[in-house]
Amino acid sequence: MLQQISGSIAVAEAVALCRPEVVPCYPITPQTHIVEHISTLVKSGQLKNCTYENVESEFASMSLCIGASAAGSRTYTATASQGLLFMMEAVYNASGLALPIVMTLGNRAIGAPINIWNDHSDAMSVRDAGWIQLFVESNQQALDVHIQAFKLAETLSLPVMVNMDGFILTHAITRVDMPTQEQVDQFLPPFIPRQKLDTEAPLSIGAMVGPDAFTEVRYLAHHKQKEALNIIEQQAAEFQGIFGRDSGGLIKSYYAEDAEIVFVAMGSVVGTMQELVEELREEGHSVGILSIRSFRPFPANAIDKALANTRHAIIFEKSFAVGMGGVLASEIHMATVANDIKISSVIGGLGGRTITKKSLRKIIESAMQDELDTEVFLDLEGTTVVRELRRQQEGQSSGPAAENILRDMGVVSASKTH
Amino acid sequence: MFQVRIHGRGGQGVVSASELLSVAAFEEGKYSQSFPSFGSERMGAPVQAFARVSDKPITTREPVMEPDMLIIQDPTLFLAVNVFEGANTDGFLLINSAKTPEELGIEDMTDQYPPNHVMTLPATELAMKYIKQPKPNTILLGAFAALTQIVHMPALEKAILDKFPKRIADPNITATKAGYNLIIQKLEQAQEA
Repeated sequence: MLQQISGSIAVAEAVALCRPEVVPCYPITPQTHIVEHISTLVKSGQLKNCTYENVESEFASMSLCIGASAAGSRTYTATASQGLLFMMEAVYNASGLALPIVMTLGNRAIGAPINIWNDHSDAMSVRDAGWIQLFVESNQQALDVHIQAFKLAETLSLPVMVNMDGFILTHAITRVDMPTQEQVDQFLPPFIPRQKLDTEAPLSIGAMVGPDAFTEVRYLAHHKQKEALNIIEQQAAEFQGIFGRDSGGLIKSYYAEDAEIVFVAMGSVVGTMQELVEELREEGHSVGILSIRSFRPFPANAIDKALANTRHAIIFEKSFAVGMGGVLASEIHMATVANDIKISSVIGGLGGRTITKKSLRKIIESAMQDELDTEVFLDLEGTTVVRELRRQQEGQSSGPAAENILRDMGVVSASKTH
Repeated sequence: MFQVRIHGRGGQGVVSASELLSVAAFEEGKYSQSFPSFGSERMGAPVQAFARVSDKPITTREPVMEPDMLIIQDPTLFLAVNVFEGANTDGFLLINSAKTPEELGIEDMTDQYPPNHVMTLPATELAMKYIKQPKPNTILLGAFAALTQIVHMPALEKAILDKFPKRIADPNITATKAGYNLIIQKLEQAQEA
């Protein structure tokens, strides 16, 4: 049924259609509305046979997910930013123990400096944690991919994280097509756990593994993620068969095979790029987009193929590894090393900075003139940076950089003069 | 695509207005999106919200930079924020004020618009009359419908009924109609003149 609702409500309704049995949660912006709405659905009796627990912290939330999933329950939670960091130890355990938990990450920056707005720093902080990490471009995809996530998690016995841009998607009200319970039941069978803590058939999960077997256990985790590459594609196709929509999958090309210059990106910025690329193509330019929908597992072969005819790939990321640069850019570079593709890394949208079509157009126009640097920070205020650098050179006691910059910009409320 | 930017202050229902507008457009079978300017919302702080309406799916996520309709819910914002930034002066402008653009000292801006595309109306006073609260948003939505015909009254009424319990929805629907009728009246007067 078509509805005009926020991304958070759409995801909560979709999760409820997946019949979760345990939902532990600890609210943190921008995902709060998701778990809040699930709690309403449980309380009103609309979502039956579901235990909803508002726990005391994110660490407790993921720990409870681990216990519930190990006991054989379909388990869901959501978090963001510092909340994810606070549950980090349990995040690694969930994947190490191969528990099919589904978690929404309402993508948000990580402090310090304190920042509640959107970027992908939180997702990138767990890129090596062994979870499957999927990204969505729109609220329709967000709800569709959550339904796929449960099936994927349970097929593989691996936790799946659905990344949706905080605020930009969670708080946006758009049209979505909400599937029926019958459709979801047809796609997602009841959960049969691969391993289950059961007093009738006792076993233990979570053995200590020494040097003799640790490599093998870790290799198997890697192997399983590689298997997921096929399963993600199969399930997206199966999903399309039942629901009639192209959501999920490994990558999505918008003219990428047929373009000299291609934006590579993840998440909602692909939507803004789509509008720009349509305009540019009408103007006769050979441009396209490659949207990375599965970040873990990383679909290196599919990316390599999709970019086979590309001259210049512009990798746009909403986060970066400080002291190294764009993480996605370096991974794309590795995936396409056999091809002769020029790669530029563009870092933008950090801490919620608006990504305008105008700024993206400038990037692509400078690529057309072969003037785009290999590393660019979108809309960086160079004078502000230079001023602070000069201050630091002038004296050892230049003070906290964030406060200095806010003062320079006239945002004085958060800083004090010294 | 028709793009709307609403400026106001926290507590004036700016975000709700953009949501109601998008739901009303949806009710009429159009594609629409709405979202707020994100921040640590608090009472009285400047707030913006955005809406887009189109016959085709909308994919862009950037805030509305060039609004075809600019709604100013609080005229004191003229001193705090450049509310007119990027405004499409072929479009429309609605200002919550009992004063004329000349009295507000913004005629340099408003003169750029076509005749009858700029309207001021005392929406807070009307809101106090109809909903007993200084929330001018639904008055201005009615005015929006009258001025642009982008959405229409039945869809707005349905959107309000869907969002609010009846005791809040009913006075707001009356308020929306009052805003609508006032602008229709102003347009008719302008035509006669």
